[in-house]
Amino acid sequence: MTDAGLTPAPGSFPCPFCGPRDEAEFRYGGDPDVARPGPGSSDEDWARYLYVRENRRGLVREYWVHAQGCGLWLIAERDTVTHLIQSVREATP
Amino acid sequence: MTTGPQTGPQTGPQTGPRRISGKGATVPFTFAGRRLEGRAGDTIASALLANGILTVGRSFKYRRPRGILAAGEDEPNAILDVVLNGTRVPNVRATLQPLEAGMEVTPVLGRGAELLTRLLAPFIPSGFYYKTFIWPDWRFFEPAIRRMAGLGRLDPASRATAGPGGHLAVDLCVVGAGRSGLGAATRAARAGRRVLLVDRQDAPGGASRWRSGADIAALVARAEDAGVTIWTGATAFGAYENGRLGVLRQGGSLTLGDSLWEVRAPEVTLATGALERPALFQGNDLPGTMLADAALCYLLRHGVLSGARPLVVTNNDSAYPVAIALAMAGAAVTLVDARQAPAWAARATAAGVRMVVGARIVRATGRGRVDVAVLTDGQRIGADLIAMSGGWTPTVHLYCQAGGKAVWDEGRSTLVPAFAVPGIALAGRVAGDWTGPEDALPWDWAGAPDVPETGKAKKTWVDLQNDVTLADVQLAARENFASVEHLKRYTTLGMATDQGKTANLIGAAALAQATGRRTTDLGLTTYRPPYVPVPMTALAGLSRGPLQTPLRRLAAEAAHRASGATLRDYGGLLRPAFYGPDDSVIPAECRAAREGAVVFDASSLGKVAVMGPKAGELLDFLFASRMSTLAPGRIRYGLTLSEAGTVTDDGVVLRLSPEEYLVSCSSSHVRAFVASAEEWRQTRFGREGVHIHDRTAHWATMSLSGPTSKAVLAKLGIVTGLDDAAFPHMSFVAGRFQGHPARVARVSFTGERGYEISVPAGLAIPLWEALASAGATPIGIEALGWLRAEKGFIYVGQDTDGETTPQDLGFDAPRLKRREGFVGDRALQLPVAGDAHRKALVGLSRADGGTIPAGAHLIEGRPRRSIGFVTSSHLSPTLGRGVALALLEGGRARIGQEVTWFDLGKTGRATVTAPCAWDPEGRRLDA
Repeated sequence: MTDAGLTPAPGSFPCPFCGPRDEAEFRYGGDPDVARPGPGSSDEDWARYLYVRENRRGLVREYWVHAQGCGLWLIAERDTVTHLIQSVREATP
Repeated sequence: MTTGPQTGPQTGPQTGPRRISGKGATVPFTFAGRRLEGRAGDTIASALLANGILTVGRSFKYRRPRGILAAGEDEPNAILDVVLNGTRVPNVRATLQPLEAGMEVTPVLGRGAELLTRLLAPFIPSGFYYKTFIWPDWRFFEPAIRRMAGLGRLDPASRATAGPGGHLAVDLCVVGAGRSGLGAATRAARAGRRVLLVDRQDAPGGASRWRSGADIAALVARAEDAGVTIWTGATAFGAYENGRLGVLRQGGSLTLGDSLWEVRAPEVTLATGALERPALFQGNDLPGTMLADAALCYLLRHGVLSGARPLVVTNNDSAYPVAIALAMAGAAVTLVDARQAPAWAARATAAGVRMVVGARIVRATGRGRVDVAVLTDGQRIGADLIAMSGGWTPTVHLYCQAGGKAVWDEGRSTLVPAFAVPGIALAGRVAGDWTGPEDALPWDWAGAPDVPETGKAKKTWVDLQNDVTLADVQLAARENFASVEHLKRYTTLGMATDQGKTANLIGAAALAQATGRRTTDLGLTTYRPPYVPVPMTALAGLSRGPLQTPLRRLAAEAAHRASGATLRDYGGLLRPAFYGPDDSVIPAECRAAREGAVVFDASSLGKVAVMGPKAGELLDFLFASRMSTLAPGRIRYGLTLSEAGTVTDDGVVLRLSPEEYLVSCSSSHVRAFVASAEEWRQTRFGREGVHIHDRTAHWATMSLSGPTSKAVLAKLGIVTGLDDAAFPHMSFVAGRFQGHPARVARVSFTGERGYEISVPAGLAIPLWEALASAGATPIGIEALGWLRAEKGFIYVGQDTDGETTPQDLGFDAPRLKRREGFVGDRALQLPVAGDAHRKALVGLSRADGGTIPAGAHLIEGRPRRSIGFVTSSHLSPTLGRGVALALLEGGRARIGQEVTWFDLGKTGRATVTAPCAWDPEGRRLDA
C-alpha cells in the first residue's frame, strides 16, 4: 500500500509548446470567430461584437491561453458536451 | 403466519447494544463528557454502540433524538463534533472515522431548542420558506430559523489542517476495494497497467468484510503482488470531465485532516456496491432503528451486538444472514418478512430465528428508543433493535456524474444504467451482480420500496437528516410539486449533508404513490458531486494563510523598516503606508512634499518593455492616445481602455529607443496589462515583430519630488545636466548609480517637480539611503493619495468605476479626435458615450472647509435619487480644507453649483469644482 510507481498527472490539455498540461493552467480567452468590426461599423455590429455570443452544443472553436505556462494563445476545438479537446493549435492573427 | 418460538413484549436485563467479542488495545475517549473505552479498529460509531450508546444527537429541524442508522457514508444521524489534541473538527462522520485515543466527541445538535421546535413543528410544513416569503412575513421567522440553522460549530481558536494532496495519473482507477474491485484491479495490474484502488473504509474488502466468506487477506495480497496501489480511507467523491476523479483521502489522524487528490485515469472501474434502503413505518427514526446490513457490520467487524432482542424487518433475502448472525451471537431474533414464502425461512428458523412472514411493521414505539413494534397482523413484539432492509440501491453516483443515467427498473426493483459511458466500467453489486462463488444461495436481494398506507405519515421519516416525513412528501404532491426535482427543493428531501443516500429512492417511491405514478416514470434527481462532504480545508490544501496569496515585497523593505515605516498590504504587495507609528504623521509627509523634497518607493509601478519594429503599432492600439509619435527620450501619459470604452488603467510610456518602449502602468494592473497586451499581440498583430517583457521586478524605482528635489538629486550625481531646458518635464535621461546603469525620468505623482530614479533592484537600499541622506523625507502611500487628491490625479479603480470613459475624466481627444485604431475605439462613438448626463470626475469642496465622507452619495430630487458618489476625500494639509473627488452625473456642467451629499443618514452641502484643487496651471512642475 505504497504510492510507489505513481507519477504526477501529465494533464489533459495538449499545449503545442509545453506538451500535455493540467487544464487548470489554461484560461479561456473567448470566441476566435467573432470578428472585430472595422471602420464604418454600425452601433449594432459593435454591440454584437461586445456582448452577443453563441452557446453551441458540440464541437466549438475557442481561444485558450496557457496563462500558467508558456503564455501562448491557442485555438482549441472542444466538445461542449464531453469537454474533450479535439485539437489545439497556436493562435495567429 | 408465525413460526418458531413465541416471544412477547419483554424487558430483560440485557437491553441495547454492547460488545460481545473481539480483542484489541483499549482506546479511551469521551462522549458528551462521559469517559468511555473503545478498541483499536473501532470507528467512532462502533465504539459508541459498544458502550451501549444509542442516541448520538438530535435531528436538525425537530430536535428528535436519533441513533446510529448505518455503518458507512450513508449515515444521516451520527455526525459529531470531535476535539482531538486541542483541534476541533466539526461534522465528523462517526461511521467512517477511525477512533483515536483522547477524542472528545459531542453531538452536533443538543437538546437546546427541542421544546420550541416541537411546539413549532406543526407550523413548519413543506415549503415553509417559500410560503412565508409570501405570507405572513418571512422576517417574522427569520431570526429564530437562523439561530436553529447550521450544523456544527467552527472553533476559530483551532484551525483544522489538511494534507497537501496532489495530482496522480494512472491507467485505471478502481473505486471500491470489495471483492469485485480487488478482482478488477488485480487483473488490470497483471496486464501491466498502473492501477490505483481507492476505498472509503479503513481496510480493503468492502462489504465482504462482513458479508461473504471470501478470503479478503488473500485477495488483497494478490492485488498488492500484482502491483495495485491501494488507498484506504479514500473516497472518490466526484467524476469530472477528461477522466478526472476527485478523491478525498483521510490523513493518519483526524487532526491531520483530509487531503484532496485529483486522479486522472483514462479508464475507471466502479465497484462501489450498493446502499441499503430503510423501511418506511411510523416511528422509524427511534434510536435503535438501524439498517440490517449495518447491524451485521457492527457484529462481524467490531464484535458489537446492536441489540439483545432484535426485530429484523425485510422485503428481501439480504437480511437473513443478518438475522442468522444475530441469533448465533446469542440474541433473541424475530424476523418479519413482507413476502409470503421466502426461500431462506427454513434456514433462519434452524438458526433459532423466530419467523413472521407475510407481515410488515406498522409502527415502532418507545420512550426515546425502540421498545415495541406493532405488525400489520396486530402482533406487538418487544424489541430493542429494529434491523431493517427495504432493498438495495446500487451506488451509481459516479457513473451518473460522468454522464450516465440510471433508471428504475420496476420489474427487478433496482436502478440500472441506461447506457454505457466511455471510460466507465461497472463491476459487482453496482452492476447488478449479487451472486458470487462464496454466496450459499442465489437470492432475491432487491426488494421494492414499500410505501405504507397505515401508520401516521407525520411520524414516518423519509429523510432523517433533514427531517422530511411521508406527510411532507404527500403535502408536496397535493400542492402539485409532482416532479422529483420540485419535491427535493420544496421539502429539502435529499438536500442534507448525506445527500439523501438513504432517502432519495424511498422519497421518489412515496411521491410516485401519492401521485399515482410509477417510480420509473418519475425519474431521479440529478447526481452531482461531491458524493461525500468535502471539507473546505481539503479543497484549500496548503493554500491557506500566508501561502494562499503570498505577499509580494519590495526590494528595499528593510530600509523602509529602518526608516520607521508602517507596512500594509496594498493589493497583495507589502508597502509603506507612512513613516511613523500611526497615521498622524501623514499631514507632515504631505507638507514636506509641497515644501521640500520627499522620496516614495515606486518600485512596484509597472516596467513593461515593448520591443521590435511593430512595437509602436501595438502601443498605438493598446492606448487611447498615440505612442508611436513620441520622440525617443520622451514620456507620454496615456489611458488604456476595455473594448467597451471604459478606462482600465492609466500610466506613462517612455520611448527608450526607436524600437523599444517602456510602459509604466499602475502597480496593481501590471499583470492585467501584460495579459491584455499579449492577447492583442498574439491574436491581432502576430508574434513576429513585437515582443513584450515585464521588467517590473528587475528595477527599483524611487520617486523623488518637491520644490527642492532637483538639489537633492544633484547631490547623488546619478546624472549630469539637470538643466530644465535639456531635461524637461516628461523626458528621461540615462545615468549611473554606484557604477551600474540608472535612469532618471521627470514625471510627477504629486504635482510638484519630480524625478523617478530607477536602478537595478539589488541597489534599492543603497539608493534609498542615498536619497535619505541627501535630504529627502520618506513618504508612504497614504500621503501620496492625499497629494494626488489635491491635484485631481485619479487612481483607476478608486476614482473610476466600470462605466468610466476617457471623456468622463476630461480626456475628450480619444472620442473626438482619434476615432479609430485602438482598443475601445468604436465604443466611444456609441450614443451613450456622448450622453451629457454621464457621470464625470469633479472636485467637491465645503464652504466650512470640512471633509465629506468617502463613499457618500450625491443626491437630488424627491424621492431623493443618487446622482453620483465621492471617490476620494482627504483633509488637505496644503490647502487647510477638505478636498474630494467625485463621479457626478453631468458633472462638468455643474461646476460652480451646489450639491447635497448623503452618508449614513447625514447630509450636507458642497460646491462642485474642477478636479484639481492645487496649482491647476501646473507651474510647480518646474518650480
